[in-house]
Amino acid sequence: MSTVPVIELHDLSAGYGSGPVLRGLDLTVEAGEFIAVLGPNGSGKTTLLKVLLGQLTPSAGTATVCGTEPREALGSVGYVPQHRGFDRDLPIRGRELVELGLTGARYGLPLPSRSARSAVDRALDAVGARPFADIPVGLLSGGEQQRLRIAQGLLGDPRLVLLDEPLLALDPRRQSEVTAIIDERRRATNLAVLFVTHEINPVLPVVDRVLYLVDGRAALGAPSEVLTTETLTALYGAPVEVLSLNGRLLVLAGEGATDGLLGHHHHDDAHDHDHDHDDEPKGRGPWV
Amino acid sequence: MGLTGYLALPFAQHALIAGTLIAIICGMIGPFVIIRQMAFAVHGAAELSFTGAAAGLLIADNPVAGALIGSVVVAGVIGSMGDKPRERDSTIGVVLAAGLGLGVLLLSRYQGFSSAATNILFGDIFGISTGQIYLLVALAVGVMAVMGAISRPLLFASVDPELATARGVPTRLLGIVFLVVLAVTVTEAAQVVGTLLVLSLAITPAASAQRLATSPLVVTGVSVAFALAATDGGLLLSLGGSTVPPTVFVTGISFGLYVVARIVGPLLARRRYAQLRQARAVEAA
Repeated sequence: MSTVPVIELHDLSAGYGSGPVLRGLDLTVEAGEFIAVLGPNGSGKTTLLKVLLGQLTPSAGTATVCGTEPREALGSVGYVPQHRGFDRDLPIRGRELVELGLTGARYGLPLPSRSARSAVDRALDAVGARPFADIPVGLLSGGEQQRLRIAQGLLGDPRLVLLDEPLLALDPRRQSEVTAIIDERRRATNLAVLFVTHEINPVLPVVDRVLYLVDGRAALGAPSEVLTTETLTALYGAPVEVLSLNGRLLVLAGEGATDGLLGHHHHDDAHDHDHDHDDEPKGRGPWV
Repeated sequence: MGLTGYLALPFAQHALIAGTLIAIICGMIGPFVIIRQMAFAVHGAAELSFTGAAAGLLIADNPVAGALIGSVVVAGVIGSMGDKPRERDSTIGVVLAAGLGLGVLLLSRYQGFSSAATNILFGDIFGISTGQIYLLVALAVGVMAVMGAISRPLLFASVDPELATARGVPTRLLGIVFLVVLAVTVTEAAQVVGTLLVLSLAITPAASAQRLATSPLVVTGVSVAFALAATDGGLLLSLGGSTVPPTVFVTGISFGLYVVARIVGPLLARRRYAQLRQARAVEAA
């Protein structure tokens, strides 16, 4: 096993036309590490993923994946994009969707590939998706679709997997299931995991380190170091309180509003919206 | 003269060759049109081929060449302007309206037979010359070759754009290439059914197929089969001693197959749901 870190970011700044979103980020991730990436919307989580996928060039500093340029390392990187449900009548079955993750970039007709079959079967088995692999994806539940996405992301034995809000729209039982699948896999294959989420509690038992981003600045360390009243208050530059409640963490920011670190979603809680619109597109304003 | 008598005549043979080729390429692109939500692009490309045809008539007395060049130019413009369905639809709407206005102007300047204009709108399958057949064969082979080459990455880019991009699929470029292929196909199809009825070959067979099958390849196969049944069936019915234009039969058969698919589809869907319940029961156990 190579000793080159899976991710090395040195003084990384990156952003778009309106200015840098990430500013001076340092991060080294070793094989087998499970990193949770937290932070409010617009804090740079998606930007970080884009840099690691080679879709965004750093404006300053360096980013390497598996010891090379991110774009060169794509073959070693699994990716589970943020979930959008599939249309009910989308004419594709689970197995075919997963297989595209391996063969989709090749030119030609989408004939089932014999050589991909065993890899696809193993990936389906790993997430327990074999029983519904031959059903059109649009008919499956959110949790079932998400497991197919993860099978797709883990296909081809990557050394690093990037997951963008994989727990979104899942009930607590499915959230722990998905977390367990990822954790099992990283223990078995020494996979490095970068897990973007705004819900820390489901992953807290398996997380090695937390990267907490606020306005492009970061706090990095063990959950017990980062998820504290002192660290987060310094990071936000505003009073934040972290409470532990029956083994779950609760972050209170501003006037008693939670910042989405509870075990459940709060999209429909009116008081929560100024703070927690993590999975909403940027720029829709605080009234969302 | 009966059907066999007609089949010995060049105009009927040309019609059947042209219809078959057009049905195959329309059937092939249809499923992608539906997955990528591009029905309006088909309609727009078809109507804009009217403007191109009017320009071709006026400038070189060649409506087909005008329509082809016009639709490829428009496809390129629309394709490079935006990839998101909502953006794309408003762009197409704007270009379509302006283009049709221009088409009306061009046609009003044309001094030739006015039937040349109605032929563009409603199709003129029995008026295809030998030269047009050669052109059509070349274009159809080209469309089939391109679709054969880009099918898999285009499918990936259509159902799963984020992951496709991360896997290095040139999603934007494929979108433009597909739009150009679509424009060429639609312009050719307009010769059979006319610009106003192109949707009956480029959308209806695929929409029917999607109700019956669930795999991309099977959907494409069924879509091609339905497009062939509608086109060749319609032409043969029309040749078999009818005074009704073939367009009516083609659109009629296409729609009839869709109605059948709407009725049979839910029965097949019931089986898939049963399969899913069974799968969940297996998992729970």
